[in-house]
Formats: sequence, structure tokens, C-alpha cells
Amino acid sequence: MIKRFATLLPVVFGVLCLTFALLHLVPGDPVDVMLGESASAADRTALKAQLGLDQPVLVQFGQYVMHLLHGDFGASIHTQTPISQLLWQAYPATLLLAVVALAIGLSIGIPLGIWSALKAGHWQDVMITMLSIRLAAMPAFWLGPVLMLVFAVWLGWLPVSGMANATSIVLPAMTLGLGLSAILTRMTRTSLLEVLNEDYIRTARAKGLSERQVLLKHALRAALLPLVTIVGLQMGSLLAGAVITETIFSWNGIGRLLVDSIEKRDYPVTQACVLVVALSYVLINQATDVVYRWLDPRTRGTQ
Amino acid sequence: MKTFALLTLGFWLLVVMLGHAIGLNPNQIDLNAILQWPSLQHWLGTDDLGRDILARVIRGVEVSFLVTVVVTAVTMTIGLSIGLVAGYKGGRLDHALMQVTNIFLAFPGMLLAIAFAAVLGAGINNLILALCLTGWVTYARLSRGQALALRQRLHVLAAESLGASSMRVMLLHILPLLISILLVEAAYSMASVMIAEASLSFLGLGIQAPDASWGAMLRDAVRFMLVAPHYVLTVGVCMMSLILAINLGGDVLRDKLDVRSEARG
Repeated sequence: MIKRFATLLPVVFGVLCLTFALLHLVPGDPVDVMLGESASAADRTALKAQLGLDQPVLVQFGQYVMHLLHGDFGASIHTQTPISQLLWQAYPATLLLAVVALAIGLSIGIPLGIWSALKAGHWQDVMITMLSIRLAAMPAFWLGPVLMLVFAVWLGWLPVSGMANATSIVLPAMTLGLGLSAILTRMTRTSLLEVLNEDYIRTARAKGLSERQVLLKHALRAALLPLVTIVGLQMGSLLAGAVITETIFSWNGIGRLLVDSIEKRDYPVTQACVLVVALSYVLINQATDVVYRWLDPRTRGTQ
Repeated sequence: MKTFALLTLGFWLLVVMLGHAIGLNPNQIDLNAILQWPSLQHWLGTDDLGRDILARVIRGVEVSFLVTVVVTAVTMTIGLSIGLVAGYKGGRLDHALMQVTNIFLAFPGMLLAIAFAAVLGAGINNLILALCLTGWVTYARLSRGQALALRQRLHVLAAESLGASSMRVMLLHILPLLISILLVEAAYSMASVMIAEASLSFLGLGIQAPDASWGAMLRDAVRFMLVAPHYVLTVGVCMMSLILAINLGGDVLRDKLDVRSEARG
């Protein structure tokens, strides 16, 4: 287990390098870009010292990594709030949104996928497939506003945006979850159809099990296994995809923090958000891999 | 389905060309006619500055096509070169190149493109640069995997033993066999490049006002959703039809080139 996570070190190091490099990709002097034309020379020098930009690049990188290891992300250049504090406020909101979206995606996608596979070739299958292709072609920045228009503005069932009510999460989570359900429907359908062609399913039917038993005891277990990997990959995309959705619905998560920091040119905050989301993604993928190996008897014992 | 995809793609191409032929004014401001509903004069209504939505949608699809084609061509070429060399040469070079792609793959979705676009600054050139910097990775992995398998083929070994240079082997004996898979991948990824372009523009990181782009239009449309819901609906429907058509076009290409769907990386 520890060994598996140790293999991540090169990737984590690379991610650190890339996020560190972001500040140095700013055309011209990043301090000028952040402070604007009218800043005084004293302010410039102060910010330069705060960001460590007055030192050689290697020293800067060393300090960057050392500070991160101590959980120190630096401070916002506008409010001087420690970035770790901002992240602590924003991260749980994004995580909550991602988990609810995942639950919505799974609870719509898997049943529809199963139904579609069982009715393969019939009109139900065709309808579901058409629907999921269309849903997958709807980017969040369109699906979100449409949901908002219908359910919040016209019908008035749900709050338009913000985080004030418990029901505020429904629309942003639907926006992310519906897109996910389209992917999951198609994956479940393909996977189940493949499994239903296996010999052991024929055997199960031949020994007189009802279709229901064949499906529940034999087919689904094998068919849903690949979904673990998909869910892991999608969880990361949910964290990143939340950028747009959170902006639309004024949901105060990591994505909104990122967009805000970009608009204010508060690059240390931008760097921290990118880093945190990327590291979460790496960890989630590794965890998915471990869970998959644990669930699938075929891969047990192999490394 | 197939005819629908081709008809939609053809329709949009025709519309863009017609737009040029009759000379549209997507940036013409008319403050006496803001946020109007569709009428004979403005088929899709007007936006918050009284500009014709139809003209802006048409200009938007043109910009979108342009960005998508440039980004796809560049990323495919870079990814293909890296993947081909890594897969064929193997060894340390392969190891190093794959470590780099792993690092890029550690950033989910468009996160890295957003980050690059943010630090590079807004504008269409930086938008294309940001999408190119992040888009080559899938092509590199896909062509590396293919090259790795193909270099064991008999015709490759035969060419090598006849003394062909590695350049010649890669270009004449491996490339032709992996190009169809890469083209199918490119067809599918065009839709995601288009969404990425619109997303960045939606966040204000892409194409800048007053130039029309679908992402920026949607951003405005959302602000005026209460008074002019037709704005957000029309732009969205146009965009969805194009993305759907590109995805279905990818299916058509996949069937034509006979690439198994499992082969997609």
C-alpha cells in the first residue's frame, strides 16, 4: 500500500514544478501584472520579497516546496489572508458538491444503463441512448443556466444561486450529475451487454435460474466493476468541472475561489487552487486503483 | 443519425460562408433595440447592446471552428511526434517522456488550460496556446501505445534489417498504421476542444469583447436570462447541435476507418 503511494512521488513532484512554474509564465514581471501600473516602488519591492521573487529560481522553488510541506500556501496578495484558510473554507463545499453530483449521476446512470442493455435494440434503448448522447453534448455552462431558468426562475421551486438554503445544492449538483449520468448510462450499457454474452451467463441460464437471478447474482457484479475506474476518473473531473458550475451558481467552492483569484490576478491563490485540485485528483485515482484491485478477484495477488 | 451529423456540419459551414457572402455586422451596436425578441428584422433577437444575435452566433461558430482546427492540428502533430519517438525508441527517452505526460495527466479536465490561460492573459492567441500546451498528451499516449505494439511487426523488423533509418521506419512503416486511430481520436476531441474554448471564453479568459464567441455570449446571456431567456436558449441550442454533430461525425469516421472503439485511449 505504502509502496503504491510511493510510486506517486515523481508525479507529485512534477505537479509541484508545474504549478510553481505558473507564476513564471506570466508575461513580463508578475509583480507589475498583479499590482497594476499605479503601484509604488515600495509596494513592488515588498510584494517581490513576499513572493520570494528577488531570489534565484532554485532557491524560490526550494522555499516553495518547504513551505508547502509545512502546510503554508502563502497569503492572498490582496487581503493577506492565509491561503490555507481560504482553502479550508472552500474545499468542503466543492467536495460536498462533487459527492452529491456523483450520487445523482450514479442513481440515474446505472439504472438507465441496465434498462437500456436489457432492452437492447428496442425503442426504450434507442430513446435512452439518444437522450444520453444529447445530454453529453450539453456543456455545464449551458445546462446550468437552462436548469436555473426552468426550475428557479419559471417554476420557482429552487433558489437561483448562492448557498443560503439546504436546497441550494440541488441545481449545481444536477448540472454536474446529469452530465455524469449520461456517461455512466453508456458505460453501464456497454459493460452489461458484454458480460451478458459471456459463457457463464449462458451456464447460469441453462441451470434454470430466473432472469432476475442471472442479472443480480451473476451479471451485475462483473458489469459494474469497470465503473469503479470511471467513477474515480470522473470524480477528478467533477472537482475541476465545478469551476464553471460554481461560477454560475455562486457556490463558494475551490472553483469559484480559482476564478475569483484569476480575475483579481491574485496568482498565489490561483497556484494553490490548481495544486490542491490536481493533488486530490492524483490521490483519488490512486485510491480508485487500490479499491479496484481489492474488488476484482482476477487482479488479486498480482501487482 | 449519420445523415443528421453530416447535414448539421454542412449547414453550419454553409451558414458561415453565407454570412461572409452577405457581409454581416456582428458588432453593430443599436442601443434603441436592446434584448429584443426574435423578429423579422432580427431572426434570433438582439443582445444587451442591440447587436443581432444571429450574426454573432454565425461569427461565433467561425471563431470556434478556427480555434478547434488549429488546436487539433497542432496538438495532434506534437503528440504524434512525441508518442512515435517514445514508443519506437523505447528506453530512457520513453520513460522520461511518459513521466512528463503523467504529470500533465495529473491535472483533471481543463484545470491546466484554465491555469495557463490565466497567467498568459486573455485573448485568442493565448487561448490557442493554452489549449495546445495541454492538449497534446492524449495523442502522445495513444500513438506511443500503438508504436510500441507496431515496432514488433514483421514488416518493421524487415525494414530495420534492410538498414532503414529509424526516421524512415517511423514515417513510412509505423505512421501509416497508426494514423487512422489518431484521426478518430482527433474527431472526437474536436468536440472537447470546442467546449474548452467556449468554457475559457465563458470564464472571460478567451476571446475578448467586442469579438463574438459562444462562450462569451453565453456569459452575457446568463446575466440577462430573466429578461431575455431566448438569448441563452438559442446560443445553447446552436452550440449543442454542433457538438452533437461533431461527436456523431466521429462515430461515422470510426466506422469508416474500421477502428475498434476499445482502441481509444
